[in-house]
Amino acid sequence: MSNTIKKIGIIGAGKVSIVLAQLAIKAGYNVLISGSGDPQKIALTISVLVPGAKALTSAEVAKRSDVIILAIPLGRYKELPKEELSGKLVIDAMNYWWEIDGDRPDLTGSDISSSEAVQGFLTGSRVVKAFNHVGYHDLHNETRPEGAPDRKGVAIAGDTSDDTKIVAEIVNALGFDPLVIGNLAEGRKLQPGGAVFGAHVNAETLKQMIDNFVIIE
Amino acid sequence: MTDEEIKKIQFGLDSFGDIPVDENGKLFTHPEAIRQVVKEAVLADKLGIDVIALGEHHRPDFSISSPETVLAGIATVTKDIKLASGVTVLSSDDPVRVFERFSTLDALSNGRAQVILGRGSFTESFPLFGYEMTDYETLFEEKIELFSKLLKEEPVTWEGTMRAPLVDADVFPKTESGHLQTMVGVGGSPQSVVRAAHYGFPLMLAIIGGSPDRFVPYIDLYKRAAKEFGTEAHPVGMHSPGFIADTDKEARDIAWPAHKANFDRIGKTRGWTPMKRDHFIDEVEHGSLYIGSVETVAQKIAKAIKTLKVERFDLVYGGGPMAASARLKMVQLYGEKVIPRVREILAEK
Repeated sequence: MSNTIKKIGIIGAGKVSIVLAQLAIKAGYNVLISGSGDPQKIALTISVLVPGAKALTSAEVAKRSDVIILAIPLGRYKELPKEELSGKLVIDAMNYWWEIDGDRPDLTGSDISSSEAVQGFLTGSRVVKAFNHVGYHDLHNETRPEGAPDRKGVAIAGDTSDDTKIVAEIVNALGFDPLVIGNLAEGRKLQPGGAVFGAHVNAETLKQMIDNFVIIE
Repeated sequence: MTDEEIKKIQFGLDSFGDIPVDENGKLFTHPEAIRQVVKEAVLADKLGIDVIALGEHHRPDFSISSPETVLAGIATVTKDIKLASGVTVLSSDDPVRVFERFSTLDALSNGRAQVILGRGSFTESFPLFGYEMTDYETLFEEKIELFSKLLKEEPVTWEGTMRAPLVDADVFPKTESGHLQTMVGVGGSPQSVVRAAHYGFPLMLAIIGGSPDRFVPYIDLYKRAAKEFGTEAHPVGMHSPGFIADTDKEARDIAWPAHKANFDRIGKTRGWTPMKRDHFIDEVEHGSLYIGSVETVAQKIAKAIKTLKVERFDLVYGGGPMAASARLKMVQLYGEKVIPRVREILAEK
């Protein structure tokens, strides 16, 4: 577990959020989680699926956590508690999914990283992209202790090394080899249609796939 | 497990009407693909397989868009096999129509119809039938509520925002049993599990990736939620994809290209990177692909049944462009060899 980060907040209570919350609890973090609206709606779900995590409103999760993971449908990012997230390190695990989000030119196109759109809205936060390219069942199944030969990689994109370092510590604590690939704009290689979306490989292969990827403009 | 418990377990076959290929690798037409499913269902019935479930898609790589019509065809040429949808995308359908069609199927089949309601992981039906993706949650929420009222088979008065209200509306035909069997299919969304418990519907888990033990807490959630709502927690079922051949090698060699073709074609629209063989092998060895010889698949199914304590296991078969003859042989092996072998393994101390 990271030395500096004790409390991880997760905004969203769907499939990905639940798996990340379970991994964070297992890694020894305090976990705060929110669904949409009244925390009472997800209280039972959280108590059964993620014992130890606390269900709160999104605003409370944002306010009380050291780092906040975003895992709501991307199309609804403007519903995030912008004010409470201000000044915080935020991990964007969201993806554009046309079947849920509909036609959203603001979030698509090979020249746009959706995390930059999120950063553009969360002006007071520091956004780092991570966890988005791995399927939730692979996240659940593929955690390994540090140094395990079959450990899988999770790519990270962010603008400052201080922040990507913190996220790398969390990725490591949750059971994956972190691979920092560059600034937030580089995150487009991690999203749907990018170099490694859905990839389930070790950090070395992950790096090769990203290095060899040619963006079709 | 006790003999009593083992006897209760049901085994099913699930299909979306994937397009098979002939001996020369030529793709079947949609009508041929539909008749192939009927042929497989007839064989499954002869072999004593408990249920066949057909899911709906509205895209060229699957032949079934109207599962209950295919099931009606199957109904008239089979005797015992239960006829299920898997799933009926209720969000983009009309609950009154769904009831009418399935109660009709129930009549044709002497009470063998089952509706499995779901939100579906594909959403082509939304624009096709004029629904907005932004209403995804509300559509399902309202329609499952209405459907649960219709199931009482009494006049219904109901009002929502997604459909015209009903005042004392009586819907026909009524079923002989007075109860159209209905379940909810869930792919792992915790809210959907809670919703199934809220309406007291049995739960079918679609486990299509990762190890099945991930779902143990979801079944616990279903039971705890039912208790909280004061509804009945029914036995839980599961479905997972697979393929059976004479040897592990043969099964993998046949399933891999078909599975990859299927995965990559869907992945293209969703932006996934192409499937790698080692990911496939990982899923076969540790995840949710039940692919191999009779013994391999039987062991894996038995393990999943024991881990999750489910009372129904459905094998989703024939995914991707696979030879029709290999599919038919798979149905034969499943009914004749795998199912009896699973029961045997479950009886072992």
